[in-house]
Amino acid sequence: MSAVIESHNHDDHHHGPAKGLTRWLYTTNHKDIGTLYLWFSFAMFLIGGAMAMVIRAELFQPGMQIVEPEFYNQMLTLHGLIMVFGAVMPAFVGLANWLVPMMVGAPDMALPRMNNLSFWILPFAFFVLLSSLFMEGGAPNFGWTFYAPLSTTYAPPSVTFFIFSVHIMGASSIMGSINVIVTIMNMRAPGMTLMKMPLFVWSWLITAYLLIAVMPVLAGAVTMMLMDIHFGTSFFNAAGGGDPVLFQHIFWFFGHPEVYIMILPAFGIASHIIETFSRKQLFGYASMVWAMASIAILSFVVWAHHMFTVGLPLAAELFFMWATMLIAVPTGVKVFNWVTTMFKGSITYETPMLFAIAFVVLFTIGGFSGLMLAITPADFQYHDTYFVVAHFHYVLVPGSIFSIMAAVYYWIPKWTGNMYDERLGKLHFWLSFIGVNVTFFPQHWIGLAGMPRRIPDYALQFADWNMISSVGAFLFGASQILFLFIVVKTVMGGKKATPEVWEGSRGLEWTVESPAPYHTFTTPPKVN
Amino acid sequence: MFKKAITSANNKLLAGLTALFSSNMFAAWDDLNMTEGVTAISKEVFDLHMLIFWICVVIGLVVFGIMFYSMFAFTKKKNPNPATFHENTKVELAWTVVPFLILVFMAIPASNTLTKIYDDTEGDINIQVVGYQWKWQYKYLEDDIDFFSNLTTDWDEIYNKTPKGEFYLEEVDEAVVIPVGKKIRFLITANDVIHSWWMPDFAIKQDAIPGFINTAWTIVDEPGIYRGKCTELCGKNHGFMPVVVKVVTQDEYDAWVQDKKDAAFRMAELTEKDWSAAELTERGEGVYLKNCVACHQVNGQGITGIFPNLAGSDIVLNNKAKNIEILMEGVQGAAMQSFANQLSEVDMASVITYTRQAWGNAENGDGEIVVPKDIVEYKKPKV
Repeated sequence: MSAVIESHNHDDHHHGPAKGLTRWLYTTNHKDIGTLYLWFSFAMFLIGGAMAMVIRAELFQPGMQIVEPEFYNQMLTLHGLIMVFGAVMPAFVGLANWLVPMMVGAPDMALPRMNNLSFWILPFAFFVLLSSLFMEGGAPNFGWTFYAPLSTTYAPPSVTFFIFSVHIMGASSIMGSINVIVTIMNMRAPGMTLMKMPLFVWSWLITAYLLIAVMPVLAGAVTMMLMDIHFGTSFFNAAGGGDPVLFQHIFWFFGHPEVYIMILPAFGIASHIIETFSRKQLFGYASMVWAMASIAILSFVVWAHHMFTVGLPLAAELFFMWATMLIAVPTGVKVFNWVTTMFKGSITYETPMLFAIAFVVLFTIGGFSGLMLAITPADFQYHDTYFVVAHFHYVLVPGSIFSIMAAVYYWIPKWTGNMYDERLGKLHFWLSFIGVNVTFFPQHWIGLAGMPRRIPDYALQFADWNMISSVGAFLFGASQILFLFIVVKTVMGGKKATPEVWEGSRGLEWTVESPAPYHTFTTPPKVN
Repeated sequence: MFKKAITSANNKLLAGLTALFSSNMFAAWDDLNMTEGVTAISKEVFDLHMLIFWICVVIGLVVFGIMFYSMFAFTKKKNPNPATFHENTKVELAWTVVPFLILVFMAIPASNTLTKIYDDTEGDINIQVVGYQWKWQYKYLEDDIDFFSNLTTDWDEIYNKTPKGEFYLEEVDEAVVIPVGKKIRFLITANDVIHSWWMPDFAIKQDAIPGFINTAWTIVDEPGIYRGKCTELCGKNHGFMPVVVKVVTQDEYDAWVQDKKDAAFRMAELTEKDWSAAELTERGEGVYLKNCVACHQVNGQGITGIFPNLAGSDIVLNNKAKNIEILMEGVQGAAMQSFANQLSEVDMASVITYTRQAWGNAENGDGEIVVPKDIVEYKKPKV
């Protein structure tokens, strides 16, 4: 893609950021808000990660050593909620804020004040959620999927705060998505047709539609819980004529698109990075777009594959099995496209490329186990065991999280104007790569051998691999401190970056200086 | 002659390989793979699992093979001038259609097996399975047998005070007993939250959902003791409610049924007996440790904010009628369930008496005891 830039960065009476704390509180600048989202997400990643460390420490050996079963359940619940809603989703929103306006040649997000609001309500949501740890009866302890009636009739009193917090997160996500859609639909530079948009922008456009479609469903689910708990309704209470399975249908109607909300932006990121470091145009751009759209549409008709054991009728089980298997087709297309982009390229292996390649390989392994899980009769054996834990951590950790790390290494020179330390970046990659595999690969085996998920203690035959898994988790956890160090070091200084940063980079964001000026594209560039 | 030599060499090789694999590698492999199980269905499920697994392995080898080849062959050093192609309709069509065909190939056996599993005709023996926090109840619908199955692993083992036994967390006080070769149908439901009844060796996993009855069936051909677990997060002690099924010959099964019926008769006699406070307290302690301790703790003090304190509780001290009512009816909207069906009249009376006598409660309250006849009285329809 080529672009003609008119530079207007020199009339500077009102162009710099404000000083001090108010800069961040009142900011309506997409780059500032992107930065806020990314730091917030990293803080949540560390908190959720610390909880994972508690979980793995308890599972290091059979028997109860560190925590009580009750607290263990609170840890696994908060770990899931924080990682999904606090770490992965805000990180992608942060990346969208930084990148979407620059990639489409817009001066900012379309709705800057709402942008500020959608970020600044998030810390309150998580403050409320985390404060439940100190309430009488403890934090939510029913898993991040909060199945009724464990999360209603049998829940600790803090569940009401949990519901409130989910509502705020949902409102934040919906506002963020509206902003992304309006920006992409209305503020693209002249000449940038939809099918010329960078894939990250495409991935976020689709993601934003998914979010708008399903976040209200989640809000509905928690509101029904609230009614059951406080206002005497019986949506999910069988004794009052309600239906506990209804909860699962509603939850997973949100939950499965949610899974793709957490992976589609990763597809966009991987496409950019593999293209850049292969120094070769991405193979199959149009099919990449169609594949993402198909995955998004299919995500609405596969939810009950999370519920194969609830006693659905045969016809439903068959339908959801077939529909789920079908998702392998567009997902396969994406993987083949990435591999073919590398084929006959001219490849170098900087840190972002290492993370992106690991993303493709390990996400594909997660895809394979996903395909196995789709086979209903086999799922009767896999369901709710560590095989499932291994599966979704493979698509979320070396999937979503690796893509976010790849994105940070890839774009941080553009954000800060400084190159990161390549030697440390590679060290971080290898430690994370080894850590992730040592943690999660053995979980496939202990799951197949019969270890259920969400248990604080286990039978003796699972002891060896649990210990190894815990060692891997500690390694992975510790490596993220290195990541923090690398990022801070890059923000503080380093080798100055050129506007293009990478030899093979393509796209409008690489046409502006590094660091990107506070305001970019106040006059739209022209895309040929 | 030559042919014979080859055959003989082949045989030796085969024998050697078999020995090698069966002794070490397969034993290790079994610990890391799904169980084949002991029913026709579980073996079919296992074969399906292995089929899909190997298909994934082959696809993985091809895709990652090309990828790793590209990573080594097309580095900037070796290939400074990248190719410029970026689409190819034929190739793209091929890698859309071929995976689809592979999926169809996988879906056919999967759908067949699933259809077999979904046979909901009646069994020779029908057993209702009810999940409770945190134990299983089994009711044999034809023989009027009804019992609870609790974890027997000692809390001292769990808290690392004593060494862990061979069947740590996989042992219960009373296993479900079924005969070989008969079609057993399980009718699975729950009393409080959702549980899930999993027996890997039968390839049965069915959620136990309050207000719903799910069915599953099996025909087991090999006698033995099979162990499974609850697989749906059901609260604090979700990890501590195993499933154990004992499969026996028909004769042994018939004898077991007779034993259970005799025991029920003896229990009826106990109900009529005149009990002393000391006898009830002694029996009640055992009942308490089995049924109540998970929430209310050994010292009766519960867990602040979730599970009420019984030591010094006004109801336990001074309100015998309310005390009985709570145990019989449960507490609406709280974790306290009804124990009316879980405990016999004798056990119910003795456990209430125990809580009213223990932890200094006898001294601080009215010290009244509850005898089995009180429970019988309570159960009579009120006019």
